[in-house]
Amino acid sequence: MSTSGSGLQVHDLDCGILSQISLTVRPGEIVCLSGPSGSGKSRLLRAIADLDPHAGEIRLDGEPQTDVPAYRWRRRVMLLPAEAPWWLERVGAHFPDGPDAAAFEALGLPADAPDWPVTRLSSGERQRAALLRAVAREPRALLLDEPTANLDATTTEQVEAWLRQRIADRGIAALWVAHDMAQIARVADAHLRITEHRLEPAPCRSSS
Amino acid sequence: MQIIELSWWSLAGTALLVLALAVCTHLARLGVAREITIAAVRTVIQLALVGFVLETLFRFAALHWVALMGAAMVLVAGREVMARQNRRLTGGWAFGIGTVSMFVSSFAVAVLALTVVIGPEPWYRPQYAIPLLGMLLGNTMTGIALGLDRLTDTAWQQRHVIEGRLMLGEPWSAAIGGIRRDAMRTGMIPTINAMAAAGVVSLPGMMTGQILAGTPPALAVKYQILIMFLITVGTGFGTVAAVAAGSRRLFDERERLRLDRLSPARQRG
Repeated sequence: MSTSGSGLQVHDLDCGILSQISLTVRPGEIVCLSGPSGSGKSRLLRAIADLDPHAGEIRLDGEPQTDVPAYRWRRRVMLLPAEAPWWLERVGAHFPDGPDAAAFEALGLPADAPDWPVTRLSSGERQRAALLRAVAREPRALLLDEPTANLDATTTEQVEAWLRQRIADRGIAALWVAHDMAQIARVADAHLRITEHRLEPAPCRSSS
Repeated sequence: MQIIELSWWSLAGTALLVLALAVCTHLARLGVAREITIAAVRTVIQLALVGFVLETLFRFAALHWVALMGAAMVLVAGREVMARQNRRLTGGWAFGIGTVSMFVSSFAVAVLALTVVIGPEPWYRPQYAIPLLGMLLGNTMTGIALGLDRLTDTAWQQRHVIEGRLMLGEPWSAAIGGIRRDAMRTGMIPTINAMAAAGVVSLPGMMTGQILAGTPPALAVKYQILIMFLITVGTGFGTVAAVAAGSRRLFDERERLRLDRLSPARQRG
């Protein structure tokens, strides 16, 4: 593995039950990650975002994680958890530069949703708003933990299309945890599966 | 005014009243008879010991003995701060942060008051220094214990919010900012309330004592105002320092929330 390069590079990462994990996500590329529940997918994303202590080397555009202040690393390598918390009263208050109404509509959210109290959002709306909140901070890499878990089929495809467009436009390196093989077939440029505490390349489309 | 001597016989009479209360609670099966008796005996023994220590200390009014007494008081207070927390920092940090913050704020305020404001000769005269330090430590201890307890408890309950904010790239101090401010406020509220209610709801203990001992009320009031200001300053700065240090300790050098540095919650009620 080269020491310089662009995108997200993980080399020999040990975290929790996973060991010697190596992977590369190039800018603008979507790598899907699948595996049974409890196999350590979320722990892996947390380690890459530097939220859990871990061993191994992680680089973004050639720069090692340890050379960057932790908060700046997380701003560039942004983790979107399956259920992201909201702590202020209004949805829009969580967007530092103000929410982008067009983006809200593109994801099937009402244009006035930023003025809503957070409690008015359904779980699916909350998940899409959390996606917008993360992407609004212009990360270089996105770690998506089942970003469409609470969405119906139509909305899921809407979010997938919007994310693919955004990832391609901004050259974001995206690591996407997914369960649904159909979703992986729709969005993935590469697919990695966790088996026996290791990562193995898997086909993006099921051959059967 | 002559101070009326209290005889041991009249004290023994009051002890009989406490005993009568213990018997009544026992008959009513309130289950506190044992506690009343033990606490009463502890009061007698602890206060008698402290009286003996103070008498000795007043006779040998040397700086090193006063300093030793002050050090013992701050260590006991540090242990008490630790014992009053539901989830405390492990590895001696709960004791260390509490004790150091109390030491810095209480001692600084006490020394300042003794040398600049009151000015006894010598400045460390134990009749002034020890009661002053005692009142400062007692209140600072409560403030720091409340503040740290609130900090660690809220951080644990709101761990998802703190981590969610870290994930969005906020520095640790921003991610815990609201919780930290809340904990500092919690530690200061008792002294603020005490200032607001002084003289109206309660007659402060020190003023009452001085008046009983024959001090003119006007002078006792001046002393009480001084003490309340000192207590507020000592508690306020002590709480701010302890909560600031405690919140930093909840994160590691990579600004990760490290709740594994807290002991498990104790059973409450």
